[in-house]
Amino acid sequence: MKLHKNIAVSEDGLLFNPVTGESYSVNPIGVEIINLIREEKNQESICKCILAKYATDKTTFEKDYHDFLGILEHHNLIESHEEKKA
Amino acid sequence: MTKLRYERPVIKKLETGMPNKFGTRTEYEPMTHIDGVAVKDLITEFGSPLFVISEKTIRDTIKKAKKAFGTRYPKVQFAWSYKTNYLNAICSIFHQEGSWAEVVSGFEYDKAISLGVDGRKIIFNGPDKSEQDLTKAIHNDSLIHIDHLDELYSITELASKLKKRPRVAIRVNMDTGVYPMWDRFGFNYENGQAWDAINKIMHSEKLELVGLHCHIGTFMLSPFAYGTAATKLAELALGIEKKFSHQIKYIDMGGGFASKNTLKGSYLPGSDINPDFDDFAEAITSSLLNSNFQKDKLPLLILETGRALVDEAGYLLGSVISNKRSSTGRRNTIIDVGVNILFTSFWYDHKVTPAQPFTHYTEDTCLYGPLCMNIDVIRESANLPLLNKGNHIVIHNVGAYNMTQWMQFITLRPNVVLIGPDEKPYLIRSRESLENMNRMEHVPRHLKEIGK
Repeated sequence: MKLHKNIAVSEDGLLFNPVTGESYSVNPIGVEIINLIREEKNQESICKCILAKYATDKTTFEKDYHDFLGILEHHNLIESHEEKKA
Repeated sequence: MTKLRYERPVIKKLETGMPNKFGTRTEYEPMTHIDGVAVKDLITEFGSPLFVISEKTIRDTIKKAKKAFGTRYPKVQFAWSYKTNYLNAICSIFHQEGSWAEVVSGFEYDKAISLGVDGRKIIFNGPDKSEQDLTKAIHNDSLIHIDHLDELYSITELASKLKKRPRVAIRVNMDTGVYPMWDRFGFNYENGQAWDAINKIMHSEKLELVGLHCHIGTFMLSPFAYGTAATKLAELALGIEKKFSHQIKYIDMGGGFASKNTLKGSYLPGSDINPDFDDFAEAITSSLLNSNFQKDKLPLLILETGRALVDEAGYLLGSVISNKRSSTGRRNTIIDVGVNILFTSFWYDHKVTPAQPFTHYTEDTCLYGPLCMNIDVIRESANLPLLNKGNHIVIHNVGAYNMTQWMQFITLRPNVVLIGPDEKPYLIRSRESLENMNRMEHVPRHLKEIGK
């Protein structure tokens, strides 16, 4: 799973896709996840980072994480969604 | 280290220059308390879903309505519309505030009597009054509003039989310039049916014609229509005085005033655009005062408004069961409030507020109820803050019709709690149980054994 090239994300959650010219609003935890994806972290590492910082449990986060990946894929912002299928 | 509050990740496409069918963000603050009582505590104690009614809001609203009419017209009487919400505690609040009872069935009539309402202060409306109902109402000297000629003949017969002179009014339907025109109930003004009924009553002398009644529609957004209706009833009353030298004691304008809910398909929220009591009062009282009644012969003005008096006092608390995605990526949230207990979600886009803190991020959400039925949709499109499983929500303006039109369908009807003036919750209707339902059923002997 890889973020498409040239996708820009600002710290305050504005995401811009230069290929399509479309803009998105992302909440802070979403920005963190996108940045971790950009760093090519796998699901386990991303989960660990988030659980260390936010008051939630693994099951809840994993469910929300996969839902988020689904939407990133829906908007064609990530190249593939292999981890979800694995 | 204290961990940060978790919010699920969300991404939303920004679209400019496009009208959004989900509307703009409307929720800025969570609704954590109702009249000083925490939503969380209410759900912990009484379960979810839960109807909550604010006694303070009811009393404030009826005072507001009385002020709107009472400052414009010298003789005003409210009659509580039982069908809008006939929980005993709710009816009792309105009766304590001076309202008479307005009932439309033998069941509602008996309910009013059982609550201690003076029979002379019960208005009996509706097309279905049995001989037994009418006999009771005649004995109690209630105000019987005649809906059709068959009823008129029945009452006339009963009057002879019981050797009483029942106090009656006729319901009049008319063209008030709004669509649809309600002509199903009562006698028509324009085609002479109303005069025909009046002549029959006045010539028979067995009934005492004390009032004229109309009820021109429901969730009316045009106060002017009430002005037209009041003018027509005033003309009838003055005509009766001229023809029979008989003075009509009251004009009953019925109900139908809109509440602050937002009708489906409305572009702007009901709280911003719907007329208020002052608008309706101005239209009705101006018409009556501008008619040719002599100053000392003004009839009593009766109002049977229900919805506008109780809708805002009612809340429905619920909990999030699950979040899903539709095939198109739309957020679907399932809550434990279904259309079986929120009947009005078929007509309104009810305001929904989370009961816990949230950020400014929102999602275009479809709110589904818990029923295994495709029609169970509470909001087809709402721009809502992010909700997680187990979160609580507050649905607003549910006080009218839901606690009378609710259905025991798939799930059981929940508890209803009243927040009293002392800011304490009082259970006013217990949730149903399987035992309640089974008590009414009977299984024939040959069906007792179902095998293993």
